[in-house]
Amino acid sequence: MKKELFLGNEAVARGFWEAGCRFVSSYPGTPSTEITEYAAEYAEMDCEWAPNEKVALEAAYGAAVAGARSFCGMKHVGLNVAADPLFTASYTGINAGLVVAVADDPGMHSSQNEQDSRHYARASKTLMLEPADSAECRDFAAAAFALSEAFDTPVLLRMSTRVSHSRSLTETGSRAEIPLRPYEKNPGKYVMMPAMAQKRHVLVEERILRQRAWAETCAFNRAEYHDKSIGVICAGINYQYAREALGERASYLKLGCVYPLPERLIRDFCAACGAVYVAEDLDDCIEQHCKSLGLEVHGKDVFPRVGEFSQSILRRAILGEELPAGALDLAVPARPPVLCPGCPHRGLFYVLKKRKIFVSGDIGCYTLGALAPLESMDTCVCMGASISGLHGHNKADPENAARSVAVIGDSTFMHSGVTGLINIAYNRSNSVVIILDNSITGMTGHQQNPTTGITLKGDPTAAVSLEKVCEAVGIRRVFVVDPYDLSATEEALTQALAAAEPAVIISRRPCALLKYVKPKPSLRVDPEKCTGCRACMRIGCPAISMKNKYAAVDPTQCVGCGVCVQLCRFGAVT
Amino acid sequence: MNNTSIMIVGVGGQGTLLASRLLGAALLSQGYDVKVSEVHGMSQRGGSVVTYVKYGQAVASPIIDRGEADIILAFEQLEAARWLPYLKPGGKLIANTQTIDPMPVITGAAAYPDGIFPALRAAGADLRELDALSLALQAGSARAVNVVLLGALARQLEIPRGVWETAVQTTVKPQFAEMNLRAFARGYEA
Repeated sequence: MKKELFLGNEAVARGFWEAGCRFVSSYPGTPSTEITEYAAEYAEMDCEWAPNEKVALEAAYGAAVAGARSFCGMKHVGLNVAADPLFTASYTGINAGLVVAVADDPGMHSSQNEQDSRHYARASKTLMLEPADSAECRDFAAAAFALSEAFDTPVLLRMSTRVSHSRSLTETGSRAEIPLRPYEKNPGKYVMMPAMAQKRHVLVEERILRQRAWAETCAFNRAEYHDKSIGVICAGINYQYAREALGERASYLKLGCVYPLPERLIRDFCAACGAVYVAEDLDDCIEQHCKSLGLEVHGKDVFPRVGEFSQSILRRAILGEELPAGALDLAVPARPPVLCPGCPHRGLFYVLKKRKIFVSGDIGCYTLGALAPLESMDTCVCMGASISGLHGHNKADPENAARSVAVIGDSTFMHSGVTGLINIAYNRSNSVVIILDNSITGMTGHQQNPTTGITLKGDPTAAVSLEKVCEAVGIRRVFVVDPYDLSATEEALTQALAAAEPAVIISRRPCALLKYVKPKPSLRVDPEKCTGCRACMRIGCPAISMKNKYAAVDPTQCVGCGVCVQLCRFGAVT
Repeated sequence: MNNTSIMIVGVGGQGTLLASRLLGAALLSQGYDVKVSEVHGMSQRGGSVVTYVKYGQAVASPIIDRGEADIILAFEQLEAARWLPYLKPGGKLIANTQTIDPMPVITGAAAYPDGIFPALRAAGADLRELDALSLALQAGSARAVNVVLLGALARQLEIPRGVWETAVQTTVKPQFAEMNLRAFARGYEA
């Protein structure tokens, strides 16, 4: 069988396509996004971006009940949003297989927290598999459907940044065409009201016992014995780190099923090995399980609780060894991510900073507006919290309303901003919301959303009118501005904040990275006119820098947006 | 099990991902076990980006840690300095002479350091520098900096030149193939 290099996320999509999956509904979120993007390339699967993870999981659940093998993917914080259907879908079980991929982000490469999704498996009493490379991504994704149907449960597939975003060798197979399983009306199974749910809970507890027995012998869990003086219990990417650090100097219990955890398998492994280490980043789920069995293992006593692991961390903690590395006698400035040249958010954040506005922020590219030199964000918690948080802030401190806004992207507004806006209108806070409509879901790499008028498969569809939604929920004052026009943007802000009623400003300009947005010729600085006043530096454009005390525009980066031109009092940028 | 570890480092938007994919494809065609670890999401927005490529008999971890890289291919001077501690003592460092100011330098909060290349040599790196931007412009596009640098890296690896050229041809869009092959040649022969 020929092997190919597959991204972990690509291999997941391949696996469930081969398993006959028919329906996919997801919401994008790093590092999970590409699973669904790759899935959409297979004609046999109906693939959608849902407005949020809760809708996505409910849609996938509905399709599974209808008898189609179905999939839903999201990042770790997305599962917080989708937790509601997950917990009760665990009670009803499914009809055809339902697999939910959840991608954790240890180290927070692109996330607002470092939560460990394994807690959800335990809390919702749902089986969870965790692959360690792309080959396992494909195999586990495919096997998860059969497991889902065998145990009548949704199955969680836990991914992590390094597994999702690494390419490794994978075999491929052909697709199994699986007919729809007939749906049969069964309120005792599918209608979760107290009398029925009480009976279903009993079945869920019995199911976990059966799964626990299965976990003792399943092919996903395996012991690899080499030198037995050191034993390492691990799952997912940490297995790769352990193998890299220790090679055959240790034995391994590699767990592919991370919930429920086996008992006898772990006892036997601990009995066979000398010192046993549980190598798991984030929380101590496996370690606590071992300790509940009365086993003596090392875990968070030697490994960090914060951040992602690596082979060096394991090598140091277990062997006390450190590799020699070169050291540089030079101060190296950090290079944080920045708003791109031509980003439509830049002009808006410049105006907000100039006016010293309190900014209730949200999740997206525009969260970068919090960084210097724009520094125009006061809070950022989770999707949608900009709007609902601002409402609470203004209720507690009504004087804040005249100098505060919420900022939220078009996709995030669809995800969970609109309910917050309804709350502002309904409960009457004098709040101003700015929707940064860049016509795409930007941060995760350009996914369509309900405002763009295009589906995941690239077909035209109905587009939500942001103006009409705002009006329909009871916002009477809706302004639309082009954020490249600084004075118009500032004027709209002044008007919106002046009135004693809520308002929405739609800051509308497509993302500069979209293919159909053609860059204008690069601007240039006239060295005769530039006084070196640094006014143009205040917008934090990566295309502008100071060279020999005067401003200079990098022609390889500049897209000619013209925001800096409006800041130059000397007409030096043209 | 002597695996080779290569890091490709640069600034988001410079095309490090394409370079790592081409490298992965070329290595795969030679029958190696290969792992490529990429960065997606927030770090791509003009931030410091790093891609790990490892190959050999059997590769376990997809990432490269301090002191583990046999070769670092740096798309920008400051990034060469940032990732130097990841180079094995005596490892090869191929660095583009291009400089891109990071935001702390643009805002005036920090200075772009002088004398990066002498400092890298003083730290023991086997440094090979090239002006990939000029070579890319000679080949026909500033955007081909990544393929120029891949050419310079290819010269250091024991894979026939034709394998690389096939990888370039099959990975980039047909209308850009000729220009990218020119860019590859500029880097390879630099």
